[in-house]
Amino acid sequence: MASPVPPPTSPTATGIPVAVRGLRKSFGDQAVLKGVDLDIRAGEVFVLMGPSGSGKSVFLRHLIGLEAPDSGEIRLGGELATSEGLGERYRLAMVFQSGGLLNSLTVAENVGLYLSEHRLKPSAEIARVVAEKLAAVRLEPSVAAKYPTELSGGMRKRVAIARALVTDPQLVLFDEPTSELDPLVALAIGREIVGLNHRTGATIVVVTHDRDLAFGIADRIAFLDGGEIAAIGSPAEMRASRHPLLQQFLAADFKPE
Amino acid sequence: MFQNFGEMLLLFVAVGRALPRVWRERRKVAEQLFDIGNASLFMACTLSLFIGGVLALQTGPVLVERGLGSALGGLVALGLCKELAPVMMAVLIAGRIGSAMAAELGSMRVYQEIDALRTLNINPVHYLVLPRVVAIGLALPCLVVFANLVGWLGGAIVSLLNDRIAVSWSGYFGNIRETVDFSDVANGLVKSFVFAVVIGVVSCHQGLTTLGGPRGVGRSVTKAVVNSLVLILLLDYVLTRVLLPFDKGWRF
Repeated sequence: MASPVPPPTSPTATGIPVAVRGLRKSFGDQAVLKGVDLDIRAGEVFVLMGPSGSGKSVFLRHLIGLEAPDSGEIRLGGELATSEGLGERYRLAMVFQSGGLLNSLTVAENVGLYLSEHRLKPSAEIARVVAEKLAAVRLEPSVAAKYPTELSGGMRKRVAIARALVTDPQLVLFDEPTSELDPLVALAIGREIVGLNHRTGATIVVVTHDRDLAFGIADRIAFLDGGEIAAIGSPAEMRASRHPLLQQFLAADFKPE
Repeated sequence: MFQNFGEMLLLFVAVGRALPRVWRERRKVAEQLFDIGNASLFMACTLSLFIGGVLALQTGPVLVERGLGSALGGLVALGLCKELAPVMMAVLIAGRIGSAMAAELGSMRVYQEIDALRTLNINPVHYLVLPRVVAIGLALPCLVVFANLVGWLGGAIVSLLNDRIAVSWSGYFGNIRETVDFSDVANGLVKSFVFAVVIGVVSCHQGLTTLGGPRGVGRSVTKAVVNSLVLILLLDYVLTRVLLPFDKGWRF
């Protein structure tokens, strides 16, 4: 994928910084994260790359409190990610690899779920916000009445992004946002991510092994290898990195023999 | 096993603490009640009709031979309302509704829907578990009332039509009026409420802790049904023993 849009410069930084120190996590005997140290700046698009099974998704789940670390700490906006009521003080959102849409709800109910469950707006106002957010991710209004199982993979991802937008998030996490998508839809999703960052100034963390997406949208990229940060820097710095696995990762292209 | 039991207790406490929110979740409770009624009312009535009939068929000839045919109505009614209706309806609901709950929540877990709820700062216990446990807690005692009435009717039909029994309607139902206290029916309703909470908590717990893909969902469903049945049968004895002192009371 070519660079979807010019490198982002966030105009209104409402995002929050993320600081990770000595993060370790094992599942049984398998150590997945082996002491990750990382600083993600407020309002930047930060991409975490790495081969499959390197612990990228596990790292992302720690940021939003879906996993508890064995040791180490994560601070969101200066507060421990594990502290009580963090979700009420900071607006956090995550777009899952599968979309994570509730299949028993329509698209409109999914997108408006945060507002309706927390009773933040009356139903007429929720319907207006839902229509606005669906338009923001370039989905037709007719999609609102459909169920997630009636949508294509790309549309489900967009609905998931619309649902994340409703929370007016300060930190948005994307787990493999372009997996299983064709290059055109992947390009559109990449544009949505950068557009979200431009419009809201939210901090965005993307986990992917899609090189084109990573180098197209990132302010900075980190390369995770074997549960440790092997390299970190701007896209240009990463391209110039001499880390052997990263070089292989970037050079890997299918060539018929 | 002990970890499972501890987690279920914690879930039970969490549901108890969430009870003040139940009015807010009334729409979801109503949806669940509709689903439970739709899935089980016809089956519950059919099951009860035959249980009442079999009870009359097994005991009727023996009682009539000994000149105790007039006691048949009371025996069938007591057997149904204190024991068979609550236990059989609980077994039916565990198999029909508990398994569906475990499968639904298990699928939601596998497909990251529950994680998505958490990221939206929506508590899965409030959103998913509370409406299900409350609905099942309301539905099962209601089903037991239906089961009692239909079961008594099944017993009456067999008593009337079977040549070896031949107890009249008036004799059968008259004996029920003489024998069955309100406390006997209440006894069964208390049992059924406890069984309902057990089915709801066990099934939701299994669903919420599902690991792996479709095979994990299958495992959760099996465990939800088996664990519910084991707990129902264990608690049946305990509750029968605990409720014995309250046996005397208001008569129909």
